[in-house]
Amino acid sequence: MTAAIELERIDKSFGSVHAVRDVSLAIEKGAITGIIGENGAGKSTLMSILYGLYHADAGTIRVDGQPVRMESPHDAIAHGIGMVHQHFMLIDSFTVLENVVLGAEGGPLLAKGTAAARSELERLSRDYGLTVDPDAVVAELSVGEQQRVEILKVLFRGARILILDEPSAVLTPQETDRLFRILATLKARGVTVVLITHKLREIMAATDRVYVMRQGRMVAVRATPETSPEELAELMVGRKVRLQLDKAPPHPGEVRLRAEHLGLIDRRGVRLLDDVSLELRAGEIVGIAGVSGNGQTELLQVLSGIRPPSRGTLTVCGRTIDAGHPGDPAEMRDLGVAHVPEDRQRQGMVAAFRASETAILGYHEQPQFSRTFLLNLPAVGAYCAKLMERFDVRPRVPGLRSSSFSGGNQQKLVLAREMAQQPKVLLVGQPTRGVDIGAIEFIHRELVKSRDAGCAVLVVSVELDEILSLADRILVMFAGKIVGEVTSGRADERTIGLMMAGARAPALGGAEGA
Amino acid sequence: MEDPLALVFLTAAATLRVATPLILCAMGGLFSERSGIIDVGLEGKMLMAAFFSAAIAAVTHSAWWGVAAGIVAAEAMALLHGLACITYRGNQVVSGVALNILASGLTIVWGNAWFHRGGQTPALEGQGERLLPLFFPRAGDSILVYLALLAVPITWWVIARTRFGLRLRAVGEMPLAVDTAGISVAWLRYRAVLLCGLLAGLAGSYIAIAQNAGFTRDMTAGQGFIALAAVIFGKWRPFPAFGACLMFGLLDAIAIRLQGVRVAGLEVPVQLIQALPYLLTVFLLAGFIGRAVAPRAIGQPYEKEH
Repeated sequence: MTAAIELERIDKSFGSVHAVRDVSLAIEKGAITGIIGENGAGKSTLMSILYGLYHADAGTIRVDGQPVRMESPHDAIAHGIGMVHQHFMLIDSFTVLENVVLGAEGGPLLAKGTAAARSELERLSRDYGLTVDPDAVVAELSVGEQQRVEILKVLFRGARILILDEPSAVLTPQETDRLFRILATLKARGVTVVLITHKLREIMAATDRVYVMRQGRMVAVRATPETSPEELAELMVGRKVRLQLDKAPPHPGEVRLRAEHLGLIDRRGVRLLDDVSLELRAGEIVGIAGVSGNGQTELLQVLSGIRPPSRGTLTVCGRTIDAGHPGDPAEMRDLGVAHVPEDRQRQGMVAAFRASETAILGYHEQPQFSRTFLLNLPAVGAYCAKLMERFDVRPRVPGLRSSSFSGGNQQKLVLAREMAQQPKVLLVGQPTRGVDIGAIEFIHRELVKSRDAGCAVLVVSVELDEILSLADRILVMFAGKIVGEVTSGRADERTIGLMMAGARAPALGGAEGA
Repeated sequence: MEDPLALVFLTAAATLRVATPLILCAMGGLFSERSGIIDVGLEGKMLMAAFFSAAIAAVTHSAWWGVAAGIVAAEAMALLHGLACITYRGNQVVSGVALNILASGLTIVWGNAWFHRGGQTPALEGQGERLLPLFFPRAGDSILVYLALLAVPITWWVIARTRFGLRLRAVGEMPLAVDTAGISVAWLRYRAVLLCGLLAGLAGSYIAIAQNAGFTRDMTAGQGFIALAAVIFGKWRPFPAFGACLMFGLLDAIAIRLQGVRVAGLEVPVQLIQALPYLLTVFLLAGFIGRAVAPRAIGQPYEKEH
């Protein structure tokens, strides 16, 4: 094997956090190498070091056998390394062409450089199937197209080594497939590709070799054809993980929440929700699938009483909410609607609060937590300790700042708070965003448990796998509308993917319950 | 009664005369703000430049040394602002306000210590110590007026058509993208801030040694803020900002002509007329011109997370 890049004994700490510990790896030239690990395992930090965004505390980087210093991205680019970041580094108000030439303008005046860039861009588009209009403004492109612009940017700089950080996080399955075809083309033309992801399926589908990271260490390397998702999951987490969620068939009961023709129009007149109707029954999990930004956030806001609908009605446990009779989150909570918000850092908790305070947020006026004026702190602490035990929140320190917990433990704490109220309706946004596999398994099992106990559960997630494994019924959202409904079991990723992309598909079954 | 043609010519000339420091200053502010650095300190830069240009012109008997000194003074202020905002990632508005207060105080203290005239500099004599009109003595068309007119298309061209301009626009929108493209965010912003200093220095020099014949305390009288308003008015684009400067200049020229005018038998108070441009600024900025979309990263110090 010829190595395009070798990292030797790289070490990096941020303050007291030891993010990368003594990591060595070799990336094969002209192949697709995967780096897999849970959130916070150190994959992105490692690649940022390689790209010159961070400086390693110790260790050597070699490109084509030569030791190099990566002081800044400028050095990395000079060595033929290009990076496609998870959050696109594109300027929304610029055209594709302007974004591509930024930093490689080919002279102090733009005219000549951009003309050359235009023809080079055409060649690259043709060679690699990266079609995109060079004069389009980036803000008006779809996420998939924006990603293509990012790849073009890297290729335009003559990169021979392409690093992609969680490239599929924002893509539909179809767009992901297209991305993988592009990567295969790149590989066929001798480009070295590094794919960073936490999705097992993508590693299996796209890579030749895979490195596994756990808690800052490189724990294993495998040739992809010789490994399995189960083995990789076990290596990532450090123990056996069940990837398949076992659940009994649902026993839907009475309708707990009914939305009829909900519409939401913002101040600028943009339709955020358009004629959304749905029913949520006791004892079932309804999943809302869709690419991020298609109205899911707003739907949760309306259902949880944060925003009143502009049109339509929402009936929850006998109370009817519409534009003239808005509800509020506290009232919804009293009605038995619990809400685990999508953005737990900002909406689910107060970062500076102690865990015990986060554990009662919103329920702090219940007699068990508060006396006339003062909080009953010992009771709050004891309550939190109980929740932590029951939901396996680590470390079990009720006095610790909420922000000091890892993403998974924060989520478990918020979920514990809401579930402990034994709600009639449970709304959950992105239950496992930024949560490691071990905790995902736990959270999924808890959601199913609460369904079996008769709770009506609504799960909104951009992770299609999650929706497929959790939901009994799946609704697909696109552009503020529900464009399709699929019953679990009859659900297949292709069809849902098409609906997520806005292609109208006939509703497949499942409508009989509605 | 003057003939109408002369009236139009003189009003136009007066407009341009008043607008010149605004235009120079606004183009400077535009460079700074497009790079993401808010510049509330334009006023202070101009004031400092006005003082030093007048003082040095008086001492050396050379208007050109005066202009050079004005530029150096404004650049020193610009560097301070850059140091606070770029290197030390301070609050840009606070830094700008501090520089304004600093300039207002220091110019008087230094002026007193140097010339003992209550903060003023000695009156400049016409020959050589001031920038005099080039072609039309009554119009006051000093070389800086023409320079201001040239500054507008040049600013546009630099921002729209050059590599520096592309990067400048980019860094004001998304500095992280610029950094990952291998370009130094700090150096780019410093250059923008220094360009701003250069132009504000010219503007201040104009006020002290072309428009007037020496420095008096706080002589910039809010023109830096009007220039800043023009930048926002013009939605951070050179030609619209130029238009806004001309409008302010015209209002000012009209205000001067209107002094002593009687409306319905009552004399219009001079103060009201003088307040007109400022009142209009408030009204127009309060939504008349529609939403101004600022560079996205404006006002945010650039920090890598480590």
